[in-house]
Amino acid sequence: MPVMNMIQAINSALDVMLERDDDVVVFGEDVGYFGGVFRATAGLQQKYGRMRVFDTPIAEGGIVATAIGMGAYGLRPVTEIQFADYIYPAFDQLVSEAARLRYRSGGEFWAPLTVRAPCGGGIYGGPTHSQSPESLFTHVCGLKTVIPSTPYDAKGLLIAAIEDDDPVIFFEPKRLYNGPFDGHHDRPVTPWSKHAASEVPDGHYAIPLGKAAVVRPGSEVTVLAYGTMVHVALAAVHESGVDAEVIDLRTLMPLDIDGIAASVARTGRCVIVHEATRTSGFGAELMAVVQERCFWNLQAPIERVTGWDVPYPHALEWDYFPGPDRVAAALKRAMETS
Amino acid sequence: MNQFVNNAQALRLHIPEPQCRPGDAPDFGALRLPPAGGLPRPGFTADESTLRHLPYALIRVLDDDDAAVGEWRPNLGLERLCEGLRAMMLTRAFDEAMQRAQRKGKASFFIKSTGEEAVAVAQAYALDARDMLFPSYRQQGLLIARGWPIEQMMCQILSNSGDQLKGRQLPTMYSAREAGVFSLSGNLGTQFPQAVGWAMASALRGDTRIAASWVGDGTTAEADFHHALTFASVYRAPVILNVVNNQWAISSFAGIAGGERATFAARAIGYGMAGLRVDGNDFLAVHAATQWAAERARANAGATLIELYTYRAAAHSTSDDPSAYRPREEAAQWPLGDPIERLKRHLIRCEAWSESRQQALQQEVDEQVRAALRQAESLGVIGDTRIERDSLFDDVYKTLPAHLQAQREQLRKEG
Repeated sequence: MPVMNMIQAINSALDVMLERDDDVVVFGEDVGYFGGVFRATAGLQQKYGRMRVFDTPIAEGGIVATAIGMGAYGLRPVTEIQFADYIYPAFDQLVSEAARLRYRSGGEFWAPLTVRAPCGGGIYGGPTHSQSPESLFTHVCGLKTVIPSTPYDAKGLLIAAIEDDDPVIFFEPKRLYNGPFDGHHDRPVTPWSKHAASEVPDGHYAIPLGKAAVVRPGSEVTVLAYGTMVHVALAAVHESGVDAEVIDLRTLMPLDIDGIAASVARTGRCVIVHEATRTSGFGAELMAVVQERCFWNLQAPIERVTGWDVPYPHALEWDYFPGPDRVAAALKRAMETS
Repeated sequence: MNQFVNNAQALRLHIPEPQCRPGDAPDFGALRLPPAGGLPRPGFTADESTLRHLPYALIRVLDDDDAAVGEWRPNLGLERLCEGLRAMMLTRAFDEAMQRAQRKGKASFFIKSTGEEAVAVAQAYALDARDMLFPSYRQQGLLIARGWPIEQMMCQILSNSGDQLKGRQLPTMYSAREAGVFSLSGNLGTQFPQAVGWAMASALRGDTRIAASWVGDGTTAEADFHHALTFASVYRAPVILNVVNNQWAISSFAGIAGGERATFAARAIGYGMAGLRVDGNDFLAVHAATQWAAERARANAGATLIELYTYRAAAHSTSDDPSAYRPREEAAQWPLGDPIERLKRHLIRCEAWSESRQQALQQEVDEQVRAALRQAESLGVIGDTRIERDSLFDDVYKTLPAHLQAQREQLRKEG
C-alpha cells in the first residue's frame, strides 16, 4: 500500500477523479502549471492538460461564481481557495447562490462544486493565513462542510465531496499536510509515514459524508473533535490517562448526530475541541446537540476547548492554539464533576 | 527631512446629483444622441483595439422618420418584426395585469419592465434558442420571446401550487431550464460571472452554445460585474454581458454607479473586450448589436459588453414610488421614445402594419393575459397558495439529511 502525506492523498484524489470523470475540472490561484502553493495539484495540469486544470485570476468571488456556472452546465468543478482566510470574497456566491440554487429553482438547477481551502494555524500564518471559518458555512443550509484529519480520510472524503451533487466546502487543516501534529509545537515533527492512516490506496474509494469515526474507543468521556484537534485530543487523552472515546466528526454538515449521541449516552461526559474561536463556533452547535439528545445521561457540564475570541495572532500563536494541556485540563474538569 | 506642500487648497468630495428632481421640468438637453445609421459596422471578428470608439458611440438603426438605416440594419424579415412587436406587447400587457394583481393582494411583489421590452425581446430573437440566458429581474421579455407559457410565470408570481419553483422565490425570480433561462437570484449581479462560468464550460466541452447575462447600470458597481469581465476577458469566454442602463437604480441615478465620467460600455476597454453601446429602445439596433456579439462569441473572438441605453419608465418595483425622487414627466420625455411605439411606426412605414391591426393585437394580447391569469389564479394566490407543506424541506440538498427529516417530522406534529 502506498504511503502518502495529506497533500499527496489530496493530489491522488484529484488525480483519480480527473481520470474517472471527464466532467471534473480543477482550477484556482496558482493551481495549474505550478501545482498550487501547497502542491496539492502538482503534476495534474501536465497529466490532464490546461482544459482540465488551470490557473485563475486572483478573484475568489469569480472562482466560485464561474464554478457555479460550470456546475449548472453539467461539469463537476473542484476549486481551490488558496487559504480559507481568502474565502470571504466568495461568501456571497457560496451562501446566496451555490447553497440556494437547487432550492430556489425547485430542483431545476444545482451546483455540484467542491471548494477546497487550507484552514487552521500553527504555521506562523498570522491573522490572515490561520483561520478556521467552518462555522460560517455550517450555518448555511444547502452547503456541506467537511474537514479531514488523516491522509486516508482526506482522499476518501474528497472523492465523496467531488461525487456529491451538492456544494461541499472542504477544509484542509494545513498543519496536518505533513504530519499528524498533536499540538506539541516544541517537539520534532512526526511524519505521516509513521501513522497507519498514511497508507492510502492508489485507486478510487469514497468515505460517505455525514459519518463520524471513533478514532479511540473509551468509556469515561466522549471527546468531539475534527481536523488538527483530533490529534491534539488523542495526545491529551494519552497524557492524562483518561479512558476517553475520541470521535473525529470528519463531516460537520451533515453531522453524525446519532453517532455523537450514542457515545455520550454511554460515557455521560463530553469535551468538545476546535481550533476556531469560541463564541458561535461549531462547538456551540455540538453542545446544543449533546444537550438536546443526552441531557439525562450527562454526569458533568459539557466542556469546550477552543481558540480564544481573538484574531489568530502571529507571535503568540501557541497561546491562542488550544493545545494538549488545555484539552487535558478540560478532561480533568469533566472527570472531577460527579 | 519631511516635505510639506504649502498653501494646499481644501479638498472637496464630489457627490453626484441628477440634473432634475421632483418639481423640476425634465431636461435631457445634455444627452448627445448621434443620428441613426451613421456608425459603421465592423466585422464581428475585428481586433478589439480597432473597436474602442464603439463604447462612446450609440448604435441606432431607426431614424426620426421610422426608417431603418445604416450598416447596423439587421437582416430581419417583416414577419419576424411583427412577431417581435407582439412579444413586446404581450410583455407589457403581462406587466400591467400582474401589477394590478399585486395591487389586489394576489401577489406580494412585482417588477414591471415598461419601456425596456425591446432589450429582452430583441436580444432573445438575436440568440439561438439553445443559448443559455442568465437574466436579471427586468427581462421577463426573454421568457415571453422564447414562448415560455405566461401562465407559468404568473404561477411563480402568485407563488401558488402551479409554480414549478414550489412557491420558494420572490415573485419575478423565474427559473425555466426548458427555456434555457437560469434561475434568477434576488442578489444583484451574482448571475453575471456565473454566465461566464457556463460559457467557459461550453467552450471547455467544445459545445456550440453561448451564454448571455443582464445587469442594470447600478449593478456595474458590484464586484461580481468585474469578476465577470475579468474571467470573460482572460479566457475569451463565449458570452454576451449586457448592462441595461435604464438611468435609475431604485432612487439612485446612473451617476452614483459611476456613469458620469464614462459610459458603462466603456468598462470593456480596460478589459480588452469589445464594448457596444446601443439605443435600447430601438428594436432593430438592439437585435443588430446582440447578433454582432453573438457572432463574435461563436467565432471564439471573445466576449462583448453591451450597454443598452434606455429608460426605466415604471417604478423600480411595486414597493417603489419614483415620484419621490425624479420628475413625474421624465419617462414621457425620454428622447429615445418608446420601443413598442417606434417599432409599430416602422412597420406601418414599411406597410406591414396598421393602426387597426395594432388595436386588434392589443385586444388579443390583453385577452391572452386575462385568460392566463384566470387559469393561474385557479391554482392559488399568495395567502392561499395551496403549496404542499412538506415541500418546505425538499431541494435544500439532493436527498433529505437526517436533521431535516427530524425537522419535517416536528413540523408535521407541532405545526
